[in-house]
Amino acid sequence: MSSYLLRGVRPLGGEPTDLLLADGRISEIGCGLSATGAHVVDADGLIALPGLVDLHTHLREPGREDAETVETGTQAAALGGFTAVHAMANTSPVADTAGVVEQVWRLGQQYGHADVRPVGAVTVGIAGEQLAELGAMADCPAGVRVFSDDGHCVSDAVLMRRALEYVKAFDGVIAQHAQEPRLTEGAQMNEGEMSAVLGLGGWPAVAEEAIIARDCLLAAHVGSRLHVCHVSTAGSVELIRWAKSKGWDVTAEVTPHHLLLTDELVASYDPIYKVNPPLRTAADVEALRAGLADGTIDAVATDHAPHPDEAKDCEWAAAAMGMLGLQTALSVVQQVMVDTGLMSWAEVADRMSTRPARIGRVDGHGRALEVGAPANVTLIDPSASWTVEPHALASKSRNTPYRTMTLPGTVYATFLRGNATVLDGKLA
Amino acid sequence: MKRHLLSAADLSRDDALLILDTAEELARLADRPIKKLPTLRGRTVVNLFYEDSTRTRTSFEAAAKRLSADVINFAAKGSSVSKGESLKDTALTLEAMGADAVVVRHHASGAPHRLANSGWIRGSVVNAGDGTHEHPTQALLDAFTMRRRLGSFDGRRVTIVGDILHSRVARSNVRLLHTLGAQVTLVAPPTLLPVGVATWPCAVSYDLDAELPKSDVVMMLRVQHERMNAAFFPSAREYSRRYGLDGLRFAAMPEHAIVMHPGPMNRGMEIAAEVADSPRSTIVEQVTNGVSVRMAVLYLLLSGSESAIGSTEETS
Repeated sequence: MSSYLLRGVRPLGGEPTDLLLADGRISEIGCGLSATGAHVVDADGLIALPGLVDLHTHLREPGREDAETVETGTQAAALGGFTAVHAMANTSPVADTAGVVEQVWRLGQQYGHADVRPVGAVTVGIAGEQLAELGAMADCPAGVRVFSDDGHCVSDAVLMRRALEYVKAFDGVIAQHAQEPRLTEGAQMNEGEMSAVLGLGGWPAVAEEAIIARDCLLAAHVGSRLHVCHVSTAGSVELIRWAKSKGWDVTAEVTPHHLLLTDELVASYDPIYKVNPPLRTAADVEALRAGLADGTIDAVATDHAPHPDEAKDCEWAAAAMGMLGLQTALSVVQQVMVDTGLMSWAEVADRMSTRPARIGRVDGHGRALEVGAPANVTLIDPSASWTVEPHALASKSRNTPYRTMTLPGTVYATFLRGNATVLDGKLA
Repeated sequence: MKRHLLSAADLSRDDALLILDTAEELARLADRPIKKLPTLRGRTVVNLFYEDSTRTRTSFEAAAKRLSADVINFAAKGSSVSKGESLKDTALTLEAMGADAVVVRHHASGAPHRLANSGWIRGSVVNAGDGTHEHPTQALLDAFTMRRRLGSFDGRRVTIVGDILHSRVARSNVRLLHTLGAQVTLVAPPTLLPVGVATWPCAVSYDLDAELPKSDVVMMLRVQHERMNAAFFPSAREYSRRYGLDGLRFAAMPEHAIVMHPGPMNRGMEIAAEVADSPRSTIVEQVTNGVSVRMAVLYLLLSGSESAIGSTEETS
């Protein structure tokens, strides 16, 4: 196993030092280190973060290998600085059995670009009717801890209560896609000024907030862990802040696109901006940034959702929902949170590595950069910038809303248990 | 270069008046024994209709033919579209056939924007009604009809009544009439007004009886029967009682005021037969005027190297 000496690196943006990665661990930290045989990386000016952990990725395999595969998706993850990703369950077949989650997990192991943590479906076929065999998925080698019907809300209150209770037996968490289904029939975009003008069906904030409020109360009632996927409204942030103030075990994530983009972009009718939950208003964006900064929102999660060209090269109503996110997440977070002074790099590490790893119970990830910790490390150059070219991304799909945008920060290297998955900005 | 008519919001006051004035000139043709002008000879206009529409499609067809354009009618039913062809591939096909203009009606809001701005076709795009978004030529023909009956727009009070939430006619009329200087009031049950309507350049009321005595124009919108099942209002009878234009309400309107309806009507639901058939109803006139207005739009978009009206968005 090769070892790497990172010279002059700034852990969490602090004072420069040297970091030696050997035998899969951080073996030494200090100035003026030397190591024979180690690959020396001139990391002057680079920032070291614990390898990023994504709680919300769509890898599309099995079933939609035309959009993404475990291989291409984890390549995009590594290039984006991630060392572990959670693969959402809405594949075909659905990841609702130990067989499917174990296959996805093994594909991740096989390619080795990032650890793949499969998310298990809460209900059979994500149909919202009958609990899937959650225990079998927890006990199999994939060791599932996060369960979600993402894309579909577990809207039945009794089913949600039972799921929250049941996963306590193996320290699982239910990650809820909060969307009241009746209030969002025919929904195409955020309901508000823009939807009124554009004549597109409205997706009201209350449809998200009503479910979050209900689920927080359910989780408190049965003493379970709840994770709220991709919160998108100011009201959701308030509700989660309230639930946390009660001491309830509620966590939440926000996507990079909800931290940057607003529903005014929909005026182009370009479905590249069609996503679920939809892009909201500038006031929502501001509240989400504040919630992430003060820790109400625990994590940034990409909701990386690849779609083939034809799913976006059409009229708005016919288009698929979702956008790419893995390779742009860190840059967007730098732009909206770090460069604005809202968050430090240590807080970025907390929201993009430490807390998501804890929520997903991901062993070996999200650890502090200290001697003895597994060498899951991301090196970034915060002073560099890059222009997003859809065709240059590792994903099989090209549906990025950031195309032609110039974003700050590049990922220089990613190390997974001491092995470089990315070096000099390229797949190693 | 202005090339498309996608939204009434694209039209400046001067643009809109130019269309109405041009339509007046072209309307005189209708009185001549030979109703045809050679203006668009050799140009191809495609009517691309994804929704059933006899009224609007034949109106555009008559308009294009009176200007001597070649007209191709492309209906979604029984075509490649019913075999699953995408809007993009249909557009590429029309482009390959040399369409100079595509008049599109589509059930998806924004479909004309996509046609105009995705680089699929080079021709002009005219929105003939998209989803619940806009129907700009309907608003133009309504404005044309109002001007003929009332003379001018300044300070005129136009009351639009009915399912505003789902109405592309209402959206286009609010935009255009505001641009032209009229004062618009929308009247509907609160369930049939969009969240966000407060930012529109118009007033909103739930009380039809309060608005009628001060209206110069009352425009009734069609109410779809399927809205009843979605709890927008309790029953057709209740809707009719609160928001229908019956004889009593008609009598409360000023004597000079006119009644409009974009059609097709539900007689007895939003409008009583005696009102629809009154001399102060412009419903049939609107259809006649539709041809003149659509001739003006096609003429201004297609004749000459640069069109004189419409959206500046480029297709390249």
